[in-house]
Amino acid sequence: MNTATTEAPKARLKTSAMIASIAAEGQRTTPAPFGHALAALAESRPEIVGLSADLAKYTDLHVFSQRHPERFFQMGMAEQVLMGAAAGLAHEGFVPFATTYAVFATRRAYDFMHQAISEEGLAVKICAALPGLTTGYGPSHQACEDLALMRAMPGMTVIDPCDALEIEQAVPAIAAHAGPVYMRLLRGQVPRVLDEYGYRFEIGKARLLRDGRDVLIVSTGLMTMRALEVASALAADQVDVGVLHVPTLKPFDEATIIEACRREGRLVVVTENHTVIGGLGEAVGAALLRARVMPAGFVHVGLPDAYLDAGALPTLHDRYGISCAAMCTRIRSELDR
Amino acid sequence: MNALTDPQQDAAALAALQQRARRIRQLAVRMGEVQGQGYVGQALGIADVLAALYGEFLQHDPAEPKWEQRDRFLLSCGHYAIALYAALIDAGVIPEAELETYGSDDSRLPMSGMAQYTPGMEISGGSLGQGLTIAVGMALGLKHKASERWVVNLMGDGELDEGSTWEAAQAAAHHGLSRLLAIVDANNMQADGPCSGVMRYEPLVEKWQAFGWIVRRVDGNDLAAVRRALAELRAKAGSAPRILIADTKLGRGVPFLESRDKAHFIRVEPQEWALALAALDEGVSE
Repeated sequence: MNTATTEAPKARLKTSAMIASIAAEGQRTTPAPFGHALAALAESRPEIVGLSADLAKYTDLHVFSQRHPERFFQMGMAEQVLMGAAAGLAHEGFVPFATTYAVFATRRAYDFMHQAISEEGLAVKICAALPGLTTGYGPSHQACEDLALMRAMPGMTVIDPCDALEIEQAVPAIAAHAGPVYMRLLRGQVPRVLDEYGYRFEIGKARLLRDGRDVLIVSTGLMTMRALEVASALAADQVDVGVLHVPTLKPFDEATIIEACRREGRLVVVTENHTVIGGLGEAVGAALLRARVMPAGFVHVGLPDAYLDAGALPTLHDRYGISCAAMCTRIRSELDR
Repeated sequence: MNALTDPQQDAAALAALQQRARRIRQLAVRMGEVQGQGYVGQALGIADVLAALYGEFLQHDPAEPKWEQRDRFLLSCGHYAIALYAALIDAGVIPEAELETYGSDDSRLPMSGMAQYTPGMEISGGSLGQGLTIAVGMALGLKHKASERWVVNLMGDGELDEGSTWEAAQAAAHHGLSRLLAIVDANNMQADGPCSGVMRYEPLVEKWQAFGWIVRRVDGNDLAAVRRALAELRAKAGSAPRILIADTKLGRGVPFLESRDKAHFIRVEPQEWALALAALDEGVSE
């Protein structure tokens, strides 16, 4: 008997594919904001060059390489020479944007960024895709500790942008910055949310996006999108949530963070798309202790110190507590304590 | 390179370079004596190559180490700093009196070469296997600027163990960096012993050729051969990067160091510095 014709069509399985969109259903997005911003900036900045380690298409650098082919250098799947060559080009007065996945930049080429680039204060801009848990492909491609590694590197500026708007603003800002920069990259169809808040990116500055009486979420990167969703969701429960966005991990805007956390009676929730070790949470905690600021509570929402599972991003974000729903549950239970 | 075609001028030029090499050796030994240590064995071994480079090959201006029209010389093997300081003192980039500060606090001559410290030091070497990758970027940049200047990267043979060296070798050939010259100091000695025992790298000529490089291999302590090889590598047509493999002898020029049990770090007793200088005064041993 042929049962195939009588069975209902199979539900499409969730995917652990390498490239998964972080955009929610129906969310406004912008295609390849990094590639377009860099290509546009390069029109007036002849010293800007782009390098890839066989991932131009997957970091959106292909937009730049198509517009400025003579300023695009393909280094092959070889991250050490990617970083070394970027240093060499910077020695010669260029402003190289060296791009690959965050895992390969930070874990594979660390010493080259440390010695060839940062120790010499060279103006190399390392733009690294698939930050934190933005692929379900498993630990080989999940850069959960990149911020910790890069914060530890003397002289390095470290940026985790939230959305397409911020990436568009950050590209000219980091190009104008004199020293080395590590910037996490969201690629493909990138959500656009910060335009609703009249936001302006500035290196080293944290921004209060909305104020709230009961909870202050201090967030970086794409977790700021989640924080804004959480704030809306909890507003329905009469919980008033503020969101302080901290796109620059280093240099760290301690003054703004301390000032915001000083307000009495608020639960402080720090959240990051990164392991709980060595990122925003520990930086905020240490800053508050140094300033003798004790909020009503302190919750750290980040990825566990573990090799994460492969799977579909929504599944994994729920599993590891960085989805909107998981954060709402966590905050409610903390407020009920 | 006209000197090579006129026998009389050629002999005079060679004699001048030999004098330069001897002085580089003397300066390195004097710096070693300041600290009672240093990579003197390597400095003595590479002195002839440095003499040929700074005396003839490299375009540079001692008064303006950052001159845009200079050839770039990268010391990937940062522990050879003592040798490069000697060459830079001899070339007039660093005042001779400064050698007394070698390796001291706040000196411009730290024991490992670093760009921020020393005029004429293009990069911070020392994390071995990085120099050639940086050289690739510099050569790409110079090519983009339509500059004819050379990028010369000196590395030790131990650096052939590093995967990044071969990443850079492949990239240099792929991008047609014909103004990139690599030099390998093949003294067959690395930290844990002879390279042939630590990690065999032969056949070197065939390897680099297979990577798409123009290769010359010479006795790196035969200055006439080194000059000739450098001239040939410069003159060769084509887009391939070039490499000089210089087989050198640790401690060259000081017989009692040449014959000492070979080690990465040759031990020199306190009373031996003066003996080493005396040996150099007597002339480069054959």
